[in-house]
Amino acid sequence: MASIQSATQLREKLPFNWGSLLRWLGIAMLLLWLIAPMIPLFIWSIAYRWFFPNILPASYNMRAWEYAFSPAAGALESLYITTYIAVVVTLLSILVGVPAGRALGLHRFRGKRIIELLILSPTIIPSLAVILGIHVVFIRLGIANSVLGVILVHLIPGLPYMTLVMAGVFANYDPQFEEQARSLGAGPIATIWYVMIPTVMPGIIVGGLFTFLISWAQYITTLIIGGGRVQTLPLKLFNFVSSTDYPVTGALGIIFIAPGVLVLLLTSRYLTGRSAVGGIGNI
Amino acid sequence: MRFPSPQTDRGRQNLRIALLLTPAISLIILLFMGGLLMGFIRSLNYFPLIGLNEPNLEAYRLVFTDREFFASFLLTFHIAFTSTVIASILAVGAALLLRPTFRGKKIISFFFQMNLTFPHLVGAIGILFLFSQSGFLARILTNADVISRPSEFPALIYDRYAIGIILQYIWKEIPFIGVIVLAVLQSVGEDYEAVAQSLGANRWQRFRYVTLPLIMPGVLSASVIVFAFTFGAYEIPFLLGRSYPAALPVLAVRSYTDVDLAAKPQAMAMAMVIAVLATMMILAYMNLTRRYVRSS
Repeated sequence: MASIQSATQLREKLPFNWGSLLRWLGIAMLLLWLIAPMIPLFIWSIAYRWFFPNILPASYNMRAWEYAFSPAAGALESLYITTYIAVVVTLLSILVGVPAGRALGLHRFRGKRIIELLILSPTIIPSLAVILGIHVVFIRLGIANSVLGVILVHLIPGLPYMTLVMAGVFANYDPQFEEQARSLGAGPIATIWYVMIPTVMPGIIVGGLFTFLISWAQYITTLIIGGGRVQTLPLKLFNFVSSTDYPVTGALGIIFIAPGVLVLLLTSRYLTGRSAVGGIGNI
Repeated sequence: MRFPSPQTDRGRQNLRIALLLTPAISLIILLFMGGLLMGFIRSLNYFPLIGLNEPNLEAYRLVFTDREFFASFLLTFHIAFTSTVIASILAVGAALLLRPTFRGKKIISFFFQMNLTFPHLVGAIGILFLFSQSGFLARILTNADVISRPSEFPALIYDRYAIGIILQYIWKEIPFIGVIVLAVLQSVGEDYEAVAQSLGANRWQRFRYVTLPLIMPGVLSASVIVFAFTFGAYEIPFLLGRSYPAALPVLAVRSYTDVDLAAKPQAMAMAMVIAVLATMMILAYMNLTRRYVRSS
């Protein structure tokens, strides 16, 4: 009994709380783990001579960065084509995924479970298993080795996320607002534009962010369907890391992650809400 | 004036649902199911254009008698299973750490989410630079006199147990699962835990009997996605793994890009096997976990 009492007294006397110290230690370790792989990536991009066992390079230069931005590397071209593909894929996913999400989130109907499974199937069956067969069809259709072909296959892994996020948002959506707008004389298009879209915008942003990033990071689908002709950034990066040019790999790696971080900076506040991300947790 | 009968109302509703779903469903059926079907046809050695008119199971025989295939399957399963389990546990821990309000929460949450935006490929490169035998960590340990040569640093890249690959997946998937868990935690609030506390539950009991059952469905859904992804991913095992045995996706791409055209049906057969294996494992997993969620 005495020991319990003294323990409580001790806790009251301490200037800080051990629990919170442990929490901060945990948070610090988590943070370190999250950024650790990016540290050597950044150092390599400005390293000139970095031999073992030096922790830091003997000297620095900007060769890798100059090369990465020179026309010879083709990185800017890749940046453009990767962005173009990802933006088109995102817009198409919104056009297709928002209506599907509305149907799944707002309505109950027979066969709903099967439709859900069908839409989810690309997240379960690896795209690699599907891409080889699609390649055969695309060769016959004449859209292999083309940007169009690459856009179409990027839709496969992207669309389920868009639809899931939207289904989650529409599950909390009250369609009576639409009826009120209609009763006040708004047409169907005005209702969609002024009532529905603004209400579900957080979902569109989060789903769009996921889809953009999924398309942005695609490697094997682009390689097979694009046949090496559609040189997106991941393909470029892969070539450089395979040829062990680490400084250029570092510079391209940073160029490759920058747009995602930028987009996140603009949309971060939407990512914390239950409404949008929660949809993925509802499988 | 004519009022619509309940039946026609119902019919219009169904028509509306069908219209909303048509674009998504047709895209998935045409592209996804079409690709699967085409791969299946080709895996049967059926290709009339070049005179192969007799479907057969030769490609599957070749796949299943290949010794590398089984080693490959075991390796791929090990990678997917180990990464998913470790990442899920750590993600729950991370979510609990980041849940309460504290000073600097915004910035730390941003770093957490930032990791979500990094492509796996960049993560693989970072892990390579960090954990290879002459990598950043080996350099730090050498300077701290813990090791004296690169070869004394444990082989974590291109190693038998695929540790580098697993580390990369853990690095990438903690924030993915964590963000979903945080969203679930935010939506359920703290009321249930407060009630449990007022009834005398200690910290562990509150976690085990209140918080965990609440977040479990979210964790399980997220881990299904993670398992499927890690089972079917190509570039990470290609960059950080051994060439023998290679992960199943690496094996499939290798035979698909083989100059020998006869290897193509085998690649298609392997793609089909990957699809079936992934589906079977996910269905078994969902069945098991659904029972768990119901019972608790």
